[in-house]
Amino acid sequence: MAKILAVDDSASMRQMVAFTLKAAGHSVMDAADGQQALNIAKTQSFDLVLTDVNMPIMDGLILTKELRALPAYRFTPILVLTTEAGVDKKQAGRAAGATGWLVKPFNPDQLLATIKKVLG
Amino acid sequence: MSIDISQFHDVFFEESFEGLDAMESGLLNLDIGAADIDAINTIFRAAHSIKGGAGTFGFMAVSEFTHVMETMLDETRNGEREVTAELTNLFLESVDVLREMLTAVQQKTDTDDVRIGNVRNKLEAMMAGESIAVEAEPVAVETEIIEEPKYQGWKIQFTPHAHLLQTGNDPVRMLRELSSLGELSTKMNDSKLPPFSDLEPEDSYLSWDLTLLGDIPEEDVVEIFEWVDEDCDLVIEPLAVKQTTQVEEKVVELDKHEAPATKTVVEDITPAEQISAVVEEVEPEVVAAAIDKPAPKSKVAAAPAASSIRVGTDKVDSLINLVGELVITQSMLSQIGDNFTPNMLPELIDGLAQLERNSREMQEAIMRIRMLPISFAFNRFPRLVHDMTEKMGKKVELKLTGEQTELDKTVMEKIGDPLVHLVRNSLDHGLETPEVRLAAGKDETGLLQLKAFHQGGNIVIEIHDDGAGLNEDKILAKAIEKDLVDANDELSPEKIHDLIFLPGFSTAEYVTDVSGRGVGMDVVRKNITSLGGSVEVVSKRGQGSVFTIRLPLTLAIMDGQTIRVANENYIIPLISIIETLEVNSSDIKQVSGKGELYPLRDEYVPVIRMYDVFNLNPETTDLEEGLLVIVEGDGQKVGLFIDDLLGQQQVVIKSLETNYRKVLGVSGATILGDGTVALILDVPGLITLYREPSLALVVNNDRAA
Repeated sequence: MAKILAVDDSASMRQMVAFTLKAAGHSVMDAADGQQALNIAKTQSFDLVLTDVNMPIMDGLILTKELRALPAYRFTPILVLTTEAGVDKKQAGRAAGATGWLVKPFNPDQLLATIKKVLG
Repeated sequence: MSIDISQFHDVFFEESFEGLDAMESGLLNLDIGAADIDAINTIFRAAHSIKGGAGTFGFMAVSEFTHVMETMLDETRNGEREVTAELTNLFLESVDVLREMLTAVQQKTDTDDVRIGNVRNKLEAMMAGESIAVEAEPVAVETEIIEEPKYQGWKIQFTPHAHLLQTGNDPVRMLRELSSLGELSTKMNDSKLPPFSDLEPEDSYLSWDLTLLGDIPEEDVVEIFEWVDEDCDLVIEPLAVKQTTQVEEKVVELDKHEAPATKTVVEDITPAEQISAVVEEVEPEVVAAAIDKPAPKSKVAAAPAASSIRVGTDKVDSLINLVGELVITQSMLSQIGDNFTPNMLPELIDGLAQLERNSREMQEAIMRIRMLPISFAFNRFPRLVHDMTEKMGKKVELKLTGEQTELDKTVMEKIGDPLVHLVRNSLDHGLETPEVRLAAGKDETGLLQLKAFHQGGNIVIEIHDDGAGLNEDKILAKAIEKDLVDANDELSPEKIHDLIFLPGFSTAEYVTDVSGRGVGMDVVRKNITSLGGSVEVVSKRGQGSVFTIRLPLTLAIMDGQTIRVANENYIIPLISIIETLEVNSSDIKQVSGKGELYPLRDEYVPVIRMYDVFNLNPETTDLEEGLLVIVEGDGQKVGLFIDDLLGQQQVVIKSLETNYRKVLGVSGATILGDGTVALILDVPGLITLYREPSLALVVNNDRAA
C-alpha cells in the first residue's frame, strides 16, 4: 500500500505507529528526530509523513518546513501529531506547511482512520 | 482492525522512567533565576513524551498529572514563569509522584492517591497563581448538547485557495469523505480556470457547490474541512432543520450577529471545542480498554523491570563479527576432520587454538552485553544529596567521576543500596554544617566525590568526603561499651576504623531521620562481601574519609582452581587461595575442641578434611599424601585437605539456589570441559561450617522435613 515515514522521539510511540501501519499493509520507515527523518527523506520518497512536534535536534515543524522546501515533498501529505494542549501548535503546523494533524493521544484505529482519510 | 497496544507498554515504561531520570537530573542542574532554555526544553520534552505515551496507552491518571506539569513547563520555557527553588522542588516532587504512578500501573499495584492529589493540588495552586487552568470538561458538556438536532442535510460552498494543493491537501479527499457521510451531489465551477498557457500546474482553480443529504451532525461536516479552513472559502448552511430548541437558539443567535449566508460556521467552532470533541472521543474507549484488560498478568508483577537490557549496536555488531569468525573456524576444523591424515596435526592444533581464541573473545563480548555504565547506580545521588542537604542545612557539592565505567548488571543492582548507605553516612556523619566547617577553617561547602574506575579484574568505587573524618576515641569507646573489643587491646587507627563494620555498631549519638534506619555498616560490608567484593575505610581526623569498595567485574564467570577429593572434582575460587603446601604430619598439632591445627609461619591454621565435609571415601587420610590448600574467607585462614590440584580455568557459575536450594559451603556449580558437574566451594561457608558443624545438621533436618 502506501510508503510512510513515521517520526517520533518516543520509542514506544514509534513502535506503536509502525506496528499499526504495517499491520494495515503499509510499509514504514521510522526516525527518532527531524534531522534523521530529513536524511531519510532525501534518499527516498514517501507517500505520507507522520511527525511528532516536540523532538530533540530538529522538531517536527522545522522538519515540515524543510520537507516542503524539497521538490519531491511539495505536495506530499505531512501530518503532525499534536497534543490537545497545543492549540497554537495546529496553527504553527499549518504555517510550516503541514497537511493536517492528528491529536494525541490516539489509538491505532484513529491513526488508521486518519491515514485512510489522507490516502483514500 | 484491532491492535493490542499493550505490547508496547514495556517500551513505554522503559522510556518513561528514562524520561523521569532525565527530568530529575535536568531539574537538579537548573540554575535558579537564570535557567538555560535548552535544559528546560529537555525537561519539557520528557514530560511531553510521557504525557503523550500515557494518553495513548490508556494511563489517564498519569497523562492528566503530567499535563499540569507540562503546561507549567511550557510557560517556563516561554519565559512566562520564573524558575524558583520552590518550582524546582515541586517539580522534583512531581517527578517522584509520577515515578510512583508509573511503577504502580506497571506492577498493577495501588497508588497513594492522597499524595498524588496533594502534589497535584500544589501544582495547580502554583499554576493558578499566574494563569487560568485550561480544563476541557466544561466545554465538553456543550458539545454533547449540540449533538441532538436533526438535520436534513447541508449546502456547502467550497472554494479552495490557489495554494491548497501545496499543503498536501487534495479537494478530492474532502469530496470523498463527504460522500461517505451521506448522499452527495456536486457541481463544479471552473470559471476561474485560466487559458492553458497561463495555467500554473501547482495551483488550484476549481470550486464546488455541494449538497449533502442526510442526518449528519454539523461537526462531522466541519471536521472534514478542519485542516483546510484557512486555505479555502467555505460556507456551510443547513438545508432545512427539524425543530429543536438548541438549533433554534443558534439560528436566532446567528441572525442577530450578521447574515447567516456569509457566516462561515468553521469560524464558529473554537479550537478548544474541536479538541474537546476529540478528547471526548478518545477517553471512554481507552479507559474502557484499560479496565477491560484481564488481570492474569498480576502474577508476574512480583518481578518488576530488570528483565530487559538495552545494548548498544556496536556491542551487537562485534558479537556478530565474532560469530562470523567462529563459523569460519568451525568450517576449517570440519574440513580437517573430513580427511584427516597425521601430517595435518599442526593445522589441527592451529585450528583448535583459533577456536579457543574465538570462544574467549565471544565470552568477553557477551559479558560486555551485561555491562552497564555505573552512571545507572550513580544517577540517583544528585537528587539524594540535594534533598538531604536541604533537610540538614548543609552545603555539599557532589562530584561524580568515572560514570562510564562499566559494571555487570547484577552487581549494579546489588551495589545500589550499600552505596546509598555510604553516601548517606558521609552526608550525615562525615560532612559538617557550614558553621562548623567555617570554624574549622574549611570552605563552607563540603565536597563529596564518587569515583569509579577499573583496577585489575575489579571495579573500584570510592566515596570521598572532606568532612570531619572518623573519631577514633568515640569509636573505641563505643566498641568497648558494646563489648566488641577488650579495653586493654592496643589497636592501630586502621583497626579502630575497621570496627565500624562490626555487627551492632553505630556511632550516631542520636538516631537521625537520615541514616538512622537500623541498618549498620556491618550490613553494607556483608552485602558487598556477598558480591565477592570488599569495603574498607581510610580516614583522617578533620580531613575526611574515603570508603573504597572493590567488586568483581562480573558474577557470572570466575577464575577457579579445580581440585580433586576422593573421585570428585570441586572448584575453589582462585581469589580465595593463598598457597598450597605439602605438609609433614608431625607439624600438625591436635588441640582439643579445635581439631587439627597447622602452623603456617606465625599462626595456626585449622585443617578441614574435605572428604569429611562431603562424606566421601578418601584415597588416603594421611595428610602427607595429599595437599593442604590455604584459603582465606571472612578474614580467617583455613587449610583444606584435598587429594590433588588439577588445573586452573575460568568457570561459568550456575546458581545452585535457583536450581536446587542453598547449601552451606557451596556457592554454586559449574560444568567442566568433559561435561561433568563440579561444585564451587564457598570458603566463608566452609569456615562457618567448621566452626559450627551443627549447621550442616540443620540443613539436613530441613531437607528431611
